[in-house]
Amino acid sequence: MGTALAGPTAGVPQKARRSTGRRLRENLRGYAFVSPWIFSLLVFTAYPMLASFYFAMTDYSVLNPPVWTGLQNFRVMFTKDPLYWKSVYNSAYYALLAVPLQMIVALGLALMLNQRVRGIGVYRTVYYLPSLMPTVAGTLLWMLILNPRHGLLNLGLQAIGLPKLGWLSSATWSKPGLVLMAVWTGSGWIMLIFLAALKEIPESLHEAAMIDGANAWQRFFSVTLPLLTPAIFFNLVMEIIGSFQVFASALIAGGSGQTAGPLNSLLMYMLHLYRYAFRYFDMGYASAMALALFVFLVIITMALVKSSGSWVYYETARR
Amino acid sequence: MSPSAAAGGIALRARRRLFRRITAAAIQHLVLCAAGLLFAIPFLWLVITSLKPLEQVFTDPPTWIPHPVLWSNYVEALTSPAFPFLRLLRNTLFYTVVSTVGVVLSGAIVAYGFARMEFWGRDVLFGITLSTMMLPGVVTLIPTYILFRVFGWVGSYAPLIVPAYFGSAFNIFLLRQFFMTVPWELTDAAKVDGASELRIFWQVMLPLIKPALLVVAVFHFMWAWNDFMGPLIYLDDAGEYPLVLGLYAFQTRHGIKWNLMMAASLAVAFPIIVLFFIAQRYFIEGITLTGLKG
Repeated sequence: MGTALAGPTAGVPQKARRSTGRRLRENLRGYAFVSPWIFSLLVFTAYPMLASFYFAMTDYSVLNPPVWTGLQNFRVMFTKDPLYWKSVYNSAYYALLAVPLQMIVALGLALMLNQRVRGIGVYRTVYYLPSLMPTVAGTLLWMLILNPRHGLLNLGLQAIGLPKLGWLSSATWSKPGLVLMAVWTGSGWIMLIFLAALKEIPESLHEAAMIDGANAWQRFFSVTLPLLTPAIFFNLVMEIIGSFQVFASALIAGGSGQTAGPLNSLLMYMLHLYRYAFRYFDMGYASAMALALFVFLVIITMALVKSSGSWVYYETARR
Repeated sequence: MSPSAAAGGIALRARRRLFRRITAAAIQHLVLCAAGLLFAIPFLWLVITSLKPLEQVFTDPPTWIPHPVLWSNYVEALTSPAFPFLRLLRNTLFYTVVSTVGVVLSGAIVAYGFARMEFWGRDVLFGITLSTMMLPGVVTLIPTYILFRVFGWVGSYAPLIVPAYFGSAFNIFLLRQFFMTVPWELTDAAKVDGASELRIFWQVMLPLIKPALLVVAVFHFMWAWNDFMGPLIYLDDAGEYPLVLGLYAFQTRHGIKWNLMMAASLAVAFPIIVLFFIAQRYFIEGITLTGLKG
């Protein structure tokens, strides 16, 4: 995103000296244009962020004013709520499986589509179509496909001599089932971003490598892949943040019973949080959960940003 | 080696290369088709199931062609009292359209400020804007809900609409990228003629970036149409539900009638799919212009 950050100042016709009055007017005009967004940043971002620190330290049922309890919520969360750790485990399991799978599938599809193929538009649409499905519709469809007795997937497994799996009705297979769904619905979008990045790689680099006698593999690993790392980095960060906050598919696939999926195997972090916030109206505890996840995601993102220096290739000279 | 043998070798090599290129293309299409099938089959299954009689939903071997083809499933699903399609559609359209107008308007104004104005702290503010794109929604969820509750807006569409009128980071970013591509000469000329900044924005710049406005509108429309958590936490009366919540409620009450549920699912997804096909061209362009390539 390096190029995006460069300011637009370059094209401004510079007047030799500008009076302070004029500069003030210019400033005010600028602020007038961005004022809705400043308001939004303050009210819908900054305030909620600060408030969540406060609410996390309170006992707050919405109906009564919040009561300060210090670190009590965190104490309960980390030591007295076994379901909390269950939800941490479930979300980590889900993210560790879904993120790499989506990335690999999306990258593979993008690489194939980037070759000059006839009918690329048709393929691209087919791969992207699932991303357009509303989560509820997509989840219902996969609940049908993953049906343990006569679902399409199990019939397919049976046809090639593999055992049928329990999928959403089994504590072992429910999360992989949810991941399959995520790969189907989520890869298309990531693929489009990879495809846009691939289109930016100048043909001349490949030709130069070819003249130097590099074969297809060498060209992929020393030309394509390094130039794709910014897109990989971006997708990785966004997918990790998204996967740890997976909610709707788990809520729907988990069923309307007391547990989320068999033995709470689909109790994702956000689902646990949602229950405390909007079913039990324990806003304090839910805020503490939100804060913990936020801090965790910030640490992960920072670590990725820090590591990016050694593996993400930013071409500064280009453009 | 004799010259003729060498020539034959070259011809052979050329033929081999041609052969290799054809097999490569064939393998490529084979892989693309196989992957395409994997992506398309669930979707096909949705369509097929939506046209089946209930007893053909779970059969071994699977029933690929419904007999008879029950178009009436759609009538039954969409007129079922448990899934009041027209009302759900009206609700969805209402808040989706109204919030889309807000996102486009506010996005354009703010993006114009970032792209064409000079003011103190602009680049820092823009940096903050970009970083909020990565802000996990979880950290603002509850305090925002409490805020809207204090306003007395829970149970209405206001929480789903009002924030759109103050801009959203991604759309501001996207529109700014488009504004930056407009040559300065165009606006300088208007400025010389004495046009005000607001007039330049409205009469010169906006018409120039119409495709970008369309991209933002379509992006947001699709996002709002598919949004699940917003309506779930802010609306409590079933009469206000949008399509996605209606579908969810339909499933929890009539979870056994898979054929009707698939018909309803397709009806919910269909408008978005059509919209995508109409706007596809601008879409790809929009993604390229965001500069995500790095």
